[in-house]
Amino acid sequence: MSVAVFGLCGAAAVGLGLYGLITHPQLLRKILAFNLLGAGVFLVFGVVAHRGAAAGFGGDPVPQALVITGMVVAFAATALAVALLLRLFQATGSATWRADAASQASDGPAGT
Amino acid sequence: MTLVSAAEAATAGGAFLVLAIIVPVVGALTAFICGGRWTERIALASMPIGLAIVIAILVALQRGGAPLVYLLGAWSPPLGIALRADGLSAVMMTVTAAVVCAVGIFARADFRTPEGSSEARAPFAFWILLLAVWGALNTVFLGGDLFTLYVALELLTFAAVPLVSLDGRAETLQAALRYLLFALLGSLLYLVGTALIYGAYGTLDIVLLSGLVYKEPATVVAAALMTVGLLAKTALFPLHLWLPLAHAGAPAAASAVLSALVVKGSFFIVVRLWFDVMPGLPGPAAAQLIAALGAGAILFGSVVALTQRRLKLLIAYSTLAQIGYLFLMFPLAFDPATTKLQSSSALAGGMVQAMSHATAKAAMFMAAGLIYAELGHDRIAGLAGIGRALPMSVLAFALGGIALIGVPPSGAYLAKTVLLEAASDTEQWWWGGVIQAGGVFTSSYVVLVLAHAFVPADKPVTLRVLMPRFGTAVALSLAVCSLLLGLVPWQKYLPVSAENESNLLTLPALLSSLWPIAAGAVLAILMGRGRLQRSGVPAVVAAIIDPARRAALAPARGLVRIDGTLRQWPAAGLALLGAAIMFGVAIIAGR
Repeated sequence: MSVAVFGLCGAAAVGLGLYGLITHPQLLRKILAFNLLGAGVFLVFGVVAHRGAAAGFGGDPVPQALVITGMVVAFAATALAVALLLRLFQATGSATWRADAASQASDGPAGT
Repeated sequence: MTLVSAAEAATAGGAFLVLAIIVPVVGALTAFICGGRWTERIALASMPIGLAIVIAILVALQRGGAPLVYLLGAWSPPLGIALRADGLSAVMMTVTAAVVCAVGIFARADFRTPEGSSEARAPFAFWILLLAVWGALNTVFLGGDLFTLYVALELLTFAAVPLVSLDGRAETLQAALRYLLFALLGSLLYLVGTALIYGAYGTLDIVLLSGLVYKEPATVVAAALMTVGLLAKTALFPLHLWLPLAHAGAPAAASAVLSALVVKGSFFIVVRLWFDVMPGLPGPAAAQLIAALGAGAILFGSVVALTQRRLKLLIAYSTLAQIGYLFLMFPLAFDPATTKLQSSSALAGGMVQAMSHATAKAAMFMAAGLIYAELGHDRIAGLAGIGRALPMSVLAFALGGIALIGVPPSGAYLAKTVLLEAASDTEQWWWGGVIQAGGVFTSSYVVLVLAHAFVPADKPVTLRVLMPRFGTAVALSLAVCSLLLGLVPWQKYLPVSAENESNLLTLPALLSSLWPIAAGAVLAILMGRGRLQRSGVPAVVAAIIDPARRAALAPARGLVRIDGTLRQWPAAGLALLGAAIMFGVAIIAGR
């Protein structure tokens, strides 16, 4: 029962994180959404650990080890993203992708 | 040591695998601690050592005749973690080592700690990140289980992202953040897949999984999510929003590493996943789908490359197209009899293409960097006269381009013949057509740049600075290396037959490689930016060209507009989810 709840919570966190990461123009929110998405994935790992445990054990230790590694990676990723965001804020005074940089690459159609 | 005998034993040369990872990592850490001028010295000192280790692995692999294995702590999988080197890993590691060493020599001009200061930020970061990219890539090539590959992939991203923004300008910071966030999204999808696979099979070891995986819901979801996550990191169309600005904005040496090597890391994991972990799972439909995305990448990347104003952006879009080329091998390696992806000559063709792109593209970015530095700009329209003023840089660019087009005996030519043969053997003529079209598109943008470079200048070209000669020499030798890759005896490491390689230097092979260049020139005249056809063309010819050009430009404009839309963040996010769903459906449907 509780496993199903954890699984559903993980799925919900993944969904919310994905939504935020795709739709929010503010970069800090994108980074937070990434962390929410990551937390959902770690919950899924927890569910996997519980279901994969042998009889008489509370949980399979391997997914727990993987989650700890995953958290370290997510922490490092967040730190790097925030550092880049701070530099960007110092350089431009804005932390939003308002004028999307995409338009800079294509200089309009050819030959005109 | 009794534990080892149960499943798999470490092989004789196994220790080299650990060294291949440890040497760059220790180099990066000691360089970080020592700082200042020592970062460059330590990085350059690590390079020959790393190269020697890779050669030792090549020799050991050839002597042993079986993949090298090292078991960490002598614990065998599924409890322990294995490092494995097969032919694919060995050749990719060799190319990586060669390109890293070349970039190291090239970058000595740009990333020298200036006289009088004890430490400068950009050189300090560059040398450490270069070693970190190298260590991460070797881990990607050697990792024996899916979670090790995840960690390696993340290390690769963390090392690659700051390379984009070394100069700290606002645009490059934005490009770096865009790259980082999209790559993180991709790697989390990969991580979800890892969790699902562990939940289904209780192991993440590649060799053990290959015997276990079968088609059931969790595995299908995992396969779709992992594939799409990796494609996002490889920047396969339509998930390429981060690539052009990131690769074009970075300093030349960093662009060379990013374009030549970093995208190959996640590509390599896709190959591992499809060919080694789950060869029977994807099925024909998913293989066609992944190659269709590749074909889209070739079309969009090449056409948008033709419309670029700046040389570095043109090369970045060319990378996009070449990444698409790498994915054409998947349906060609599919064997309908066993419904599995076979490690056949098509796989070998794809890997040779990856290696020849790595060397050629590094050379082209270096040449572009030299031109940028000496000319003070890299506007394609302003390149007139540099064929005379900067002959060696232009020659390096031209040789790299020719190697990429696939003129014998280049690696790209070998890859092309092998893939075309596989396409006709498996009766998939449409992929043969896409492969040929890819060659034409490649030659179109190379010809476009060279035509601008060899137009006589109105006024003498003034050079801003003179770059040291060794930079040009390195770019030239990488281009020549790519041009000769077809002559390497690949049979020892890749499943390619010797007869393909034997008829590389014949006259028919040379002649057959020339028509794509001519067709590419026509395409460059029709779709290319600039006014090449205006200079000294008779009125009759202009009367024919102009309407054709107008007709060709309309679809080109359309493609540029679609590309602009796809590179908006929300569109790319939706494309990511859509691709995941499509891969899931294709895997279920394929039977």
